[in-house]
Amino acid sequence: MTAYLARVRGSAATIAFLLPMLLVFGLFSWWPIVRSVVMSMQQTNLVTPAEFVGPDNFRAVLADPLLSTAVQNTIWFAVLALVIGYPVPLMLAVVMSDVRRARGLYSLLAYLPVVIPPAVAVLLWRFFYDAEETGVFNTILGWFGLGPVPWLEDPSWAMPSLVIEATWAAAGGTVIIYLAALVSVPPELYDAAEVDGAGILRKVWHVTVPHLRGVMLITLILQVIGTAQVFLEPYLFTDGGPDNATLTVLLLVYDYAFANTTGGDYGKATALSLMLAATLALLSVAYFRLTRRWSE
Amino acid sequence: MRNHRRRGLTALATIASLATVSVLATACGSDDDKDSESDGKVHITVEGWRPGDEQGTIDAVNKQAAAFMKDNPDIIVEPIEWEWNAETFSTQLAGDQLPTTFRVPFTDTKGLAERQQIADVTDYVNELPYAEDFNPSVLAAAQGTDGKIYGLPTDVYGVGLHYSRALFEKAGLDPDQPPTTWDEVREDAQAIAEKTGQAGYVQMTSNNTGGWMLTTLTYALGGRMESEDGATASIDNDATREGLELLHDMKWDDQSMGKNTNFEWGTINEAFAAGKIGMYMSGSDVYNALVTTNQIDPDDYGLAALPLSDSADAGILGGGSVAAVSAKASPEEQEAAVKWNDFYRERKNYDPDAAVADAKVLAESDQPIGTPTLPIFDQETWQAVEDAKAEYVNVPQDQMTSFTEGVFSQTLIPEPASHTQEVYGILDSIVQKVLTDEGADIDALLADGNEQVQALLG
Repeated sequence: MTAYLARVRGSAATIAFLLPMLLVFGLFSWWPIVRSVVMSMQQTNLVTPAEFVGPDNFRAVLADPLLSTAVQNTIWFAVLALVIGYPVPLMLAVVMSDVRRARGLYSLLAYLPVVIPPAVAVLLWRFFYDAEETGVFNTILGWFGLGPVPWLEDPSWAMPSLVIEATWAAAGGTVIIYLAALVSVPPELYDAAEVDGAGILRKVWHVTVPHLRGVMLITLILQVIGTAQVFLEPYLFTDGGPDNATLTVLLLVYDYAFANTTGGDYGKATALSLMLAATLALLSVAYFRLTRRWSE
Repeated sequence: MRNHRRRGLTALATIASLATVSVLATACGSDDDKDSESDGKVHITVEGWRPGDEQGTIDAVNKQAAAFMKDNPDIIVEPIEWEWNAETFSTQLAGDQLPTTFRVPFTDTKGLAERQQIADVTDYVNELPYAEDFNPSVLAAAQGTDGKIYGLPTDVYGVGLHYSRALFEKAGLDPDQPPTTWDEVREDAQAIAEKTGQAGYVQMTSNNTGGWMLTTLTYALGGRMESEDGATASIDNDATREGLELLHDMKWDDQSMGKNTNFEWGTINEAFAAGKIGMYMSGSDVYNALVTTNQIDPDDYGLAALPLSDSADAGILGGGSVAAVSAKASPEEQEAAVKWNDFYRERKNYDPDAAVADAKVLAESDQPIGTPTLPIFDQETWQAVEDAKAEYVNVPQDQMTSFTEGVFSQTLIPEPASHTQEVYGILDSIVQKVLTDEGADIDALLADGNEQVQALLG
């Protein structure tokens, strides 16, 4: 009986400890998710009573010609981010871990962009990306007889321009993760490799990369999830333009909900959000299944 | 001992939980009680100034609010910073974050009324002394499809051609002879681009303003985007084609439109005030914002009537704002809001004495007075008001004569009747395509745009 009471009291304490977190999490994470599932089957303007419309919102989204543009653009952003954005932090981390002096300074410089508020960073870069010959980047290119480049003004240049800024803005965080992981690589492995006559590239390939494999897998999936939800850059730089060249899935969600007050379509917006979430969940599961063997 | 500690921990956790719950409850609780202040007065918040406006603007509004409260001791008015933004409107309304009264563009009033997002204030408007004297076509912009009145029409404008006198001079052009045809616009733009290195002519392209301005250009060349009843799309018309070809040639052949194309209302004002743009189209009253938000040098500013083609259908796009009231306002708040809008926004357009009183307050805070607007009532009333406040005028009206002399002979055409903002959104893409892709197929773009708009109109 005493043991039972103690157990009850123990679990009561556990629940009491858990309660604040559960409440905050439930109210600000789970409740909105439940609400958006409900809203995806409603037509509402948030003022008049909502009307139940079943799967109509999902049908309307799937029939929207802009959906395929948005999906293609998002995939294009993800591919570019993978090509430009994925290797950069890894290379930076490897080089920085090799630096003997002033390592702290380099870490600080790499991490600084993460600290700058994203909207401020975008405004700054918009200034850099001025398409005139007098723009910051175009002036620099001009010194080498290159350019001017229509950074954000040309449908084919706009997306790479966004990826370059996004890479600059986010690389610092990933660099720190890699740097922390690199500490776990035993230095004698490098010494042994050096004795065996390995150059820097072979050392990286045969020693560093195998040790970072687990971390690299995680950063890769985080990046894919992150790029699939890219919003800030296309919204603030180009508003999806020129001619929808940077319209991403999340920007389309935003446009459904907010771009036209009089047509604010929260039902379609939540329907597309749910479809995106489901796709990403499936992608994550498939990814972990496929790479489970490799990461073991 | 262990039991004691556990009990202590449990108590601590319980207190923490309760504290969290109460904090959350407070955070999520509504602030309904703000309206029922115990002083028995009606409290309203009103649109005061735009983000970034200078202190003088804020001071002028606050002075007006104090004067209003003196006349209406049972109403407390609190002007706040606010700017119409279609993207945040619905959520601000749902989250109780809107001022009690605010201005919305003509284009959005009918949709907002239909969705019951703004209040029906017919009864309060009808009590005003000038209720019967509105120009019916202007009042129509403040009416819903049900014929009820949803606010007071204000800030009626016609689109004009704004130009930089400084760049005109630099390019060897006569700033007192602004262009009167689109051919001249093209020639002058080319001269500015060649001689000054700045963009000769620029047009807005994003956030639905691209569509707004393409529609303006189309009207000026004698075309329409929709049938009058808003049932049929007519995007694919000769005037729009001519306008887009003009833009294409200026951008790619003459290279007189600069390299940056991503502009909307605020950013184009900013670039113009900074001396980077020779000419652009915008509402005739934009000078106010150029002064209060962008600190333009008045000597550099010029306003011309928009060049129109020879077509009998050619005219200028006219628009304005409706001072509307939040749908969530109580009847007392609605009444107070209409009273405030009468005092602050409308009476000065009707009653010469009120116009003078308003001009005095603006003059004290060094705010622009005399920027061209168009009549809300009849032209006679408008003229009487203009004459009354003539001595307070501090904007360079002699640099706007081309507009003020020309505008009354031009036909004022309202914006497309149905799904206006969505149509503008579709047109944005077309303008952007033409200005960013030299090989853009204008015919195909128009055919496709027409199909999309027709699908919207049903």
